[in-house]
Amino acid sequence: MIPELGHFSLILALILAFVQGVVPLVGASRNRLALMSVGRTAAQGQFLFIAFSFGCLTWSFINSDFSLQLAASNSHSATPLIYRITGVWGNHEGSLLLWSMSLALWTVAVTVFSRNLPEIFMARVLGVLGLVSSGFLLFLLVTSNPFDRILPGAPEGRDLNPLLQDPGMIIHPPLLYMGYVGFSVAFAFAIAALLSGRMDAAWARWSRPWTTVAWVFLTAGIAIGSGWAYYELGWGGWWFWDPVENASFMPWLLGTALMHSLAVTEKRGAFRSWTVLLAIGAFSLSLMGTFLVRSGVLTSVHAFATDPARGLFVLALLVVVIGVSLTLFAWRAPTLAGGGSFGLVSREASLLGNNVLLSVACGSVLLGTLYPLFIDALNLGKISVGPPYFETVFVPLMTPVIVLMMIGPFVRWKGDDGNRVLRKVVPGLVASVVLGIGGAFAIGHVTWRTALGLSLAAWVLIGSVQILWQRLADRQGAGTGSRLRGIPAAWWGMWFAHLGIGVFIIGVALVGSLNSQIQVKMLSGDTAQLAGYTFTFRGVADAPGPNYAAARATIDVSRGGVKFATLTPEKRFYEAQGMPMTEASIDIGPLRDVYVNLGDQLEDGAWVVGLFYRPFISWIWVGCTLMALGGIFAAADRRYRRLAEREAPAGAARQAA
Amino acid sequence: MKAKFLVPLFIFLLLAGFLGYGLKLNPREVPSPLIGKPAPAFRVPQLQAEDKSISPEDLKGRVWLLNVWASWCISCRYEHPVLVDFARNSPVPIIGLNYKEVRGDGALDVKGIDPATELATARQRARQWLVEHGGDPYMVSAVDLDGRIGIDYGVYGVPETFLIDQQGVIRYKHIGPITPESLRDVLIPKIAELQRAS
Repeated sequence: MIPELGHFSLILALILAFVQGVVPLVGASRNRLALMSVGRTAAQGQFLFIAFSFGCLTWSFINSDFSLQLAASNSHSATPLIYRITGVWGNHEGSLLLWSMSLALWTVAVTVFSRNLPEIFMARVLGVLGLVSSGFLLFLLVTSNPFDRILPGAPEGRDLNPLLQDPGMIIHPPLLYMGYVGFSVAFAFAIAALLSGRMDAAWARWSRPWTTVAWVFLTAGIAIGSGWAYYELGWGGWWFWDPVENASFMPWLLGTALMHSLAVTEKRGAFRSWTVLLAIGAFSLSLMGTFLVRSGVLTSVHAFATDPARGLFVLALLVVVIGVSLTLFAWRAPTLAGGGSFGLVSREASLLGNNVLLSVACGSVLLGTLYPLFIDALNLGKISVGPPYFETVFVPLMTPVIVLMMIGPFVRWKGDDGNRVLRKVVPGLVASVVLGIGGAFAIGHVTWRTALGLSLAAWVLIGSVQILWQRLADRQGAGTGSRLRGIPAAWWGMWFAHLGIGVFIIGVALVGSLNSQIQVKMLSGDTAQLAGYTFTFRGVADAPGPNYAAARATIDVSRGGVKFATLTPEKRFYEAQGMPMTEASIDIGPLRDVYVNLGDQLEDGAWVVGLFYRPFISWIWVGCTLMALGGIFAAADRRYRRLAEREAPAGAARQAA
Repeated sequence: MKAKFLVPLFIFLLLAGFLGYGLKLNPREVPSPLIGKPAPAFRVPQLQAEDKSISPEDLKGRVWLLNVWASWCISCRYEHPVLVDFARNSPVPIIGLNYKEVRGDGALDVKGIDPATELATARQRARQWLVEHGGDPYMVSAVDLDGRIGIDYGVYGVPETFLIDQQGVIRYKHIGPITPESLRDVLIPKIAELQRAS
């Protein structure tokens, strides 16, 4: 009964989504206020029904209702409660329902936090979101109904894939989806702007906090996914250039470009068609990511079920949404030309340079991800594109981005004196290169990549200090404390996010150059050495869990004769899925991680043990945290709330003029 | 409408074309170098008849399917009903290759097991699995205890299915579980074609 209620509720949500997609748009084109205002109510109702439906599905998972096909395939009565709940989105149908729920949640957030938008603009935004939502709900109901029954019910479920029975599963997919789907708001704003022809500073200001918040979610989602892969996949890597990782990284790159482009559009009125294109692009790549994961056109660790009918449906949806948007863009964008002019040496030029570079980087990731498909489609054979391609292409593209990123804030809007800028940045740049090369020698790993990474990191850190210093120097008079307090949150957001990139690069550069690992055969009492650490194998004991059997090894780690950690990697066997899993054990430190996993037992009773030394790897995630924190500061800036009220009429007046 | 604003749309449509075509391709399908080559020889004990053995030699002159399976293989559970159904009126014999029944199962502790015990364990497990999963679709199943036949045939995932012709030449390899669609659209037409050719 409960699943049927969920199913019915989902159908009602689809009807409301359709109403939300059509009525306000009709109202906007006929200028009928009554029709326009339907959008809000429909959006909120739609969210309630999707949430109820999601609740029904969760209820069936929690109560192990194995007459529900989805629960029978992805849950088990012995699975801990939390993984019975996360099992809801550990499959194709449930994850799509989560996708739809995120979209509905974002839409409701728009209806609540953007009350000050002109009614006609709001109607268009909600209409676009409603149409997108209709597409996805239709996809769910037609090809991927999560509420299918099997009668008679299965006596026991087949359990959730053990790889997914991990705390990462609790937050990684919801955060990632909130990020992916969050770009739909910027997209809807852009389409509404194209429809109305209204695209001014006020429009950019409305879009900015939404874009930034979506970007924060996406950043956090990707970072958590990467951390999860690091400790769960058991070989100590943090990024694999897997097609699905790329699928989340591409919208991140374009979303980053979009945030900066919106800043220019708001402040100077420039880049308007470019900003709109980025908004369409970021969301299109989110949709394409969904397609890549759901259709099975590429091999990936994330692909659940591959079903050509589903792939075709998502592709059709993709063609309709993106195709119509880009057609609209081609039709309306020419009217958006103009905006503030700027010189070659200006804040605008530096931001434009970085946006172009980020877009090209995104294009190169897209090319690498889809290249196997192109080659296969053109009958040129089967190939796979691995990390060497991505690293070769990505590093040279991102290097100028990082350099420009810290120069931009020194440059004035509209136009600046090149010599003045050079005087400000050259000392820091020279010092960075010296520090980077010196650092590479100091750690005894002199490769161009290490030197480059350390130089870039030094440049970000030096630049950050310099920018803060200059900001304070610009406000003469008051005490340092009040000068610090006088800096707006958005500025701190920029500062922290950029600093985070520096911290991130330190992690990437050092873990890339100094890491080491060995695989050893160990019997109880054996010791092994790695990177100055001594590992003593203390034997293996049984450690059964609720739905798995496990062997747990105890390994003491010492340095200089002093024991400082006991690691307990496990080898688990999940009964229902018949799947073995390794559970790594990590001693996390600010300057290094020591990472141990347990392999197979050999015939002589010894165990294969993997020992990993990962210097500075946690800096990667500290950097991501700083970036996300920066995004939160930026989105929380007071002026969005203040100006949203004041500027709306002023913006409209400017448009009329 | 200026042409440059149409560029994004054009790029996207090109991409969509490729994606659409990609739906028809299977990225997991790696062409087997063994296609067109003679099926590697072996002679191993049969699963059901304890005193008999089986070799590809025994099937010379017939078109047949070699289906790699094991009781620990999860996907085989999905494939099995399809095979049982197909075997009822299959135009060709299906030979099973029971692949690393004991050693392939990560749950079993088989260090230092002696070959006779391993064979007996494999037989007992495999037979029980067939009973529990709807019957035995195989004319004969070969027992590949140590996986050597699997290596010769380039097996890298279970289940896999090979189509072998009258001369003992491998004509086609299906990777992953056989579905009713793959039977209807690929395997049955290919079998018919081979049988007509003789």
